[in-house]
Amino acid sequence: MAISRRTLALVAGGALLALVPPIAALTNQPFYLDLFRRMMIFAIAAVSLDLILGYGGMVSFGHAAYLGIGAYAVGIPAFHGVDNGWLQWGLAIAASALAAAVIGAVSLRTSGVSFIMITLAFAQMLYYLGISLETYGGDNGMRLAGRSRFGGPIDLREPAVFYYVVLAILVLLLTLGNRLVASRFGMVIRAARSNEVRARAIGFSPFRYKLTAFVIAGGAGGLAGALLANQTEYLTPDFMHWTRSGEIMFMVILGGMGTLFGPVIGAVVLLLLEDVLSALTTHWQIILGPILILVVLFAKRGLFGLVAGAETRDG
Amino acid sequence: MADTLLAIRGLSKRFGGLLASDRIDLDVARGETHAIIGPNGAGKTTLIGQLAGDLRPDSGSIHFAGQDVTRLDAPHRARRGLARSFQVTSIFREFSALDNVALAVQAHAGRSFRFWRSARSEPALREPARAALEAVGLGARADVLAARLAHGEQRQLEIAMALATEPRMLLLDEPVAGMGLDESQKMVRFLAMLRRRITIVLVEHDMDAVFTLADRISVMVYGRIIATGTPSEVRGSDDVRRAYLGEDRA
Repeated sequence: MAISRRTLALVAGGALLALVPPIAALTNQPFYLDLFRRMMIFAIAAVSLDLILGYGGMVSFGHAAYLGIGAYAVGIPAFHGVDNGWLQWGLAIAASALAAAVIGAVSLRTSGVSFIMITLAFAQMLYYLGISLETYGGDNGMRLAGRSRFGGPIDLREPAVFYYVVLAILVLLLTLGNRLVASRFGMVIRAARSNEVRARAIGFSPFRYKLTAFVIAGGAGGLAGALLANQTEYLTPDFMHWTRSGEIMFMVILGGMGTLFGPVIGAVVLLLLEDVLSALTTHWQIILGPILILVVLFAKRGLFGLVAGAETRDG
Repeated sequence: MADTLLAIRGLSKRFGGLLASDRIDLDVARGETHAIIGPNGAGKTTLIGQLAGDLRPDSGSIHFAGQDVTRLDAPHRARRGLARSFQVTSIFREFSALDNVALAVQAHAGRSFRFWRSARSEPALREPARAALEAVGLGARADVLAARLAHGEQRQLEIAMALATEPRMLLLDEPVAGMGLDESQKMVRFLAMLRRRITIVLVEHDMDAVFTLADRISVMVYGRIIATGTPSEVRGSDDVRRAYLGEDRA
């Protein structure tokens, strides 16, 4: 019963994430709260990439650009004394969605390797733009003046509160994402991924649907960036470096492309492996590499496929 | 012609040194089944490509239902009622047969900027799709993954998808190619049922299918249409026999 196994995995995963703060408090290990919050922030970025990569077949190699834009959309206003979170996060989503619209409008006219290279080039452009921002620390980056403020009980300086805010956003994104990929809109981008010529022949003009998906993914990526700036309380152009884009893509592939939940597992496992392995040896990437290769070779639907059964997805 | 659905005038398309379409003039009447035959490399698929909007002609014009569609791309022509099947089967392989047809229904219905409701739970998409599958004889195979269907069934699926867009004209590029005798006869019988209801332009090498289905036949050689006429006229033409039928049916 693939379906019940999948549901079981989801409920267990959700419960596990929800229980991290009390467990961290009971065991007096605040480090885990920090680690899992970081995992979920990257999970948000990875899920947003999966929308276009897994379902739309758009191999965007510049997704970290939105992380950076989102982070700077928090950092720059904070630097100038504007600490309103609604404003900062709204700006993060809007600015990264706008950037995605521009990047998508250019890159989606191409496909295959050209598409990958153009998205990569745009992200690198933004990376160097970040370096050139001397006022905001240039290539050293800068400290975040203070975490975003929302007023009322939502105080991000409270670790557990911040944790549940991130969890709520992740759950919301997964819910909306699951509706989206099953909707008419989702079916169009999945059909275009499956066979673009056929999609056109029955009357779909895939470009505008793909661009819309690209913008949605960019906006969600920007929100992840706003969260990341609050998480690290520091922002640097490194958020946008191409290796970071590669890392997010690895999370998606490791967890399972086109599964939405898989990238969450991918983010958790990748960051966990980084953490554990880097404690063992400075050459931890030598161990990480083969693990990734094995997963790509032998787990068709990634780790989520192993957990929830391979037949968890079609199209 | 009194009621012309498709009017092609002076259509030319060159690929490097090869003139694939050479000043083609052709009228197809509403309700007609028009077959295009000719040896390999005559430019039949190039012509279909230009009719469907995948290829841009170098010169000439295509009018469909009284409107100039020469500059429209494939999706726009599809939305105006030009549906096609491909020489090499083209389907959404990772989706079920029913999903494939439901997507065609959705494309025809428009309004795909809907983000919330599950497309698979919309009767407005599923029911017409199921009906189209029944019509081509794939009703029992609705939930099978398209990739797992037999070759002949995949061709039937393509036809079902084309029909689901409620087309005014079907462009069929070798619909019985690669089929066994049994499957191919079934397909011809099915297409014969569609005659008169839908205008059909058919490229086909199988002469039995052509002479069974076609009201008129155009013969293409080296990018040119050298003859157009009823099946008996074409069969009787010496030019045609020399250029094509002779070598094929000897």
